[in-house]
Amino acid sequence: MVANALDSQNKQLDYKKTPIVSVRGLVKHFPIMSGIIIKRQVAAVKAVDDVTFDIWKGETLGLVGESGSGKSTTGRTILQLYRPTAGSVMVEGKELTSMKGEELRHMRQRMQMIFQDPYASLNPRMTVGNIVSEPLRIHKIMKGAEMREYIENLLEKVGLNPFYINRYPHEFSGGQRQRIGIARALALNPSFIVADEPISALDVSIQAQVVNLMKGLQEELELTYLFIAHDLSMIRYLCDRVAVMYKGKIVELAPTDELYDHPLHPYTKVLLSAVPIPDPDVEKARKRQIMDPEFDYSEPTSELVEVSPGHFLAARRAAAL
Amino acid sequence: MEVKNLVVRFYTQEGIVYAVNDISYALKEGETLGIVGESGSGKSVHALSIMGLIPTPPGKIESGSVTFQGRDLLKLSKEEMRLVRGAEIAMVFQDPMTSLNPVLTIGTQITEALKLHLGMNNTQARNRATELIDMVGIPDARRRLDAYPHQFSGGMRQRVMIAMALSCNPKLLIADEPTTALDVTIQAQIIELVKDLKRELGMAIVWITHDLGVVAGIADTIQVMYAGQIVERGPVETVFKDTRSAYTLGLLNSLPRMDQRGGGRLTQIEGAPPDMRRQPVGDPFAPRNPYRTERCLVEQPPLKPVDGGHPEHLAAAWYDLREVRKNKSQGEAV
Repeated sequence: MVANALDSQNKQLDYKKTPIVSVRGLVKHFPIMSGIIIKRQVAAVKAVDDVTFDIWKGETLGLVGESGSGKSTTGRTILQLYRPTAGSVMVEGKELTSMKGEELRHMRQRMQMIFQDPYASLNPRMTVGNIVSEPLRIHKIMKGAEMREYIENLLEKVGLNPFYINRYPHEFSGGQRQRIGIARALALNPSFIVADEPISALDVSIQAQVVNLMKGLQEELELTYLFIAHDLSMIRYLCDRVAVMYKGKIVELAPTDELYDHPLHPYTKVLLSAVPIPDPDVEKARKRQIMDPEFDYSEPTSELVEVSPGHFLAARRAAAL
Repeated sequence: MEVKNLVVRFYTQEGIVYAVNDISYALKEGETLGIVGESGSGKSVHALSIMGLIPTPPGKIESGSVTFQGRDLLKLSKEEMRLVRGAEIAMVFQDPMTSLNPVLTIGTQITEALKLHLGMNNTQARNRATELIDMVGIPDARRRLDAYPHQFSGGMRQRVMIAMALSCNPKLLIADEPTTALDVTIQAQIIELVKDLKRELGMAIVWITHDLGVVAGIADTIQVMYAGQIVERGPVETVFKDTRSAYTLGLLNSLPRMDQRGGGRLTQIEGAPPDMRRQPVGDPFAPRNPYRTERCLVEQPPLKPVDGGHPEHLAAAWYDLREVRKNKSQGEAV
C-alpha cells in the first residue's frame, strides 16, 4: 500500500517526461448543411475547439467530460480517423495532420484504438483469428504459420484460450469480445492506444477484469493510453493525469490525485461531486454541489495557466483564484 | 407490495431463458428499495412482470403472486391492470426518448393520464400539469407544456417522465435504470429530485440499477440479484458492511472508489455471468466464487436470515463469509 502511494507520487513528480503525443490547437468542426438542391454550410458544431496537451510516454491520460463535450472526437481526431479542421498532432515526433495515404497508414501501426461497444466493433462474419490478424495482413507484416503462432500468443496474452481462434464473435461474452478488440489493437505492436469508453458497455463484474488486463499490458509493453471515460472512479484508479473537457475545450488538466483532491474549475467540482461512492455512510452524509443552470461553466478562450506544478486551469478561472 | 415465488421464463427460438427464478420479497409503505444486478440478473424483467408489461409470448409468468393493496396484480384483467398502472403504481424507464411520444406535446401527454385516471377536465388537468412540471424543476412550466419531447435535453426529458409518473400520486414508483443514460452531473440532479419528492409525497420506490454507489445514497433496503435470484437483501448499511454473499462482496471489492487513491490491481471477479438459457443448478455464482463449497455446486441455497447479523439481513449462501474475513485478517496479522 505504502509502496503504491509512493510510486504514484513519484510518477506525478516526474510528469515532465518525453511526450509521445503532442496536440496543439486542435480544432474539429462538423458542418451543418442546409438547402434542398444547393447545399451550403450554415453553421458548424465546434466539437473540438482549440485543444492543446501532451501525452507522456508510458502514462495514462484520462479525458473526461459530459456527452457532447468533444472527448471522443478529440481521440478520433488525434488518430486522424477524423481529419482536423485546424491544429497539429505529433505522434512520436511526426506530424500527422499533413500525412496522407501510405505514409499515414504506416503511422497507424504505432497508434490504435479500443472501442466502446464490443458488439458493434467486431465483424460478426469473421473468425477471431481473422479479426485479430487483419491488421497484420493489411500491413503485410506476417503470414502463414508464423502469423498463426503470433495470433495464438496474442490471444493468450489478453486472457483468451488460443483454442478459440476459429470461433466467431457471437460465441463470446461481452468481456471476452472486448479482449478480442484489445488483441486486435495490439497486433501491430503499437506504442499509443486511444481507449474510448472501453468498459462502459461491460457488466460491472467484468469491468475490473478488462481494466486489470489493460494495466498489465501497459506495464509489459510500455504502452501509452488516452483513456476516454465518464466513470470518474475508474479514471482516478487508472490514470496518471486527467484532462477535463467542457464544450470542446480543456478547462482543467492535472495529475490525478491533485485534480481529485483540489479541483479548481467550477465544472470539475460539480462533476466530482456528482459521482456516487459505494459506501452508504459516506454517500448519505455528503453535501452535493449540484450543477447550477444559471451559471456559465464554459470558457471564452482555451488558454490554460499552470497554477501549481502540472496543474493547469482555464485562464479566466486562474485569474479569479 | 409483496412478491411471492415469482418465476418468469421466455420461450425463444434458442431455447428457454430462465429470467426470474423464484423470488419473494416484501416492500413496506414508503420504503426505498434499491435492486442491484447486472444485465441478465432478472432485475428489469421482474419489474416489468409486476407491471404486466412483459411481452407474452415469448415471456410467460410461470407462477407466483404480486399482492398490492390486497389484490394479486398477476390475476387482474388487462383493463384492470391499466387502471393500476399510472394511478397506483408508476414506472420510469431508462430511456426517456423512447418512452415519450415524439409527436405529442409534453402537456398533452401529462394531461392524458390526469383525465383518464383522475377524471379531470381540460383546465384542471392543465393546471395540475403545470404544477407537476414546476415540481420537477423545469423552469417556465406553463409555456413548456406546449413543447415537444425533442425540444428537451435528456435530463429534462427524464424530469418530464418523473412528472408524468407522479401525476396521479402513485403509492409506488418503479424506476428502472432511470439515470443510466444520463451524464453523471444530471444523474446527481435527478437523484436529489427524487429524494426531495419522496420526502414530500412519501411514496415507496423501487430503484433498479447496476450502480452500487447510487443505491448507497438513495436506498433504505438493498436487494442484490444474480441469475434471476435474490442472493442478498437487507438494510443498505448492513449489507455494505457485513456482506454475506460472495457476489455482493466481489462487486464491492472490484469497484475503485472516487474518494480513494489508485494503485495496485483491482480485485476482479473471475469468469462471466451465467448463460440464462441453462436451468441453474446449485448456487448460480458458485463457478465464479472463490469461497464456494462442494454443496454450492449441487444444491441451491435458500434465501434466509444470516447467522449473528441484523434480523432483516438475508443471504443465499452455503458458505460463511465471516469465516473468510476472520482467516484473512489472521493471515494479514501473520
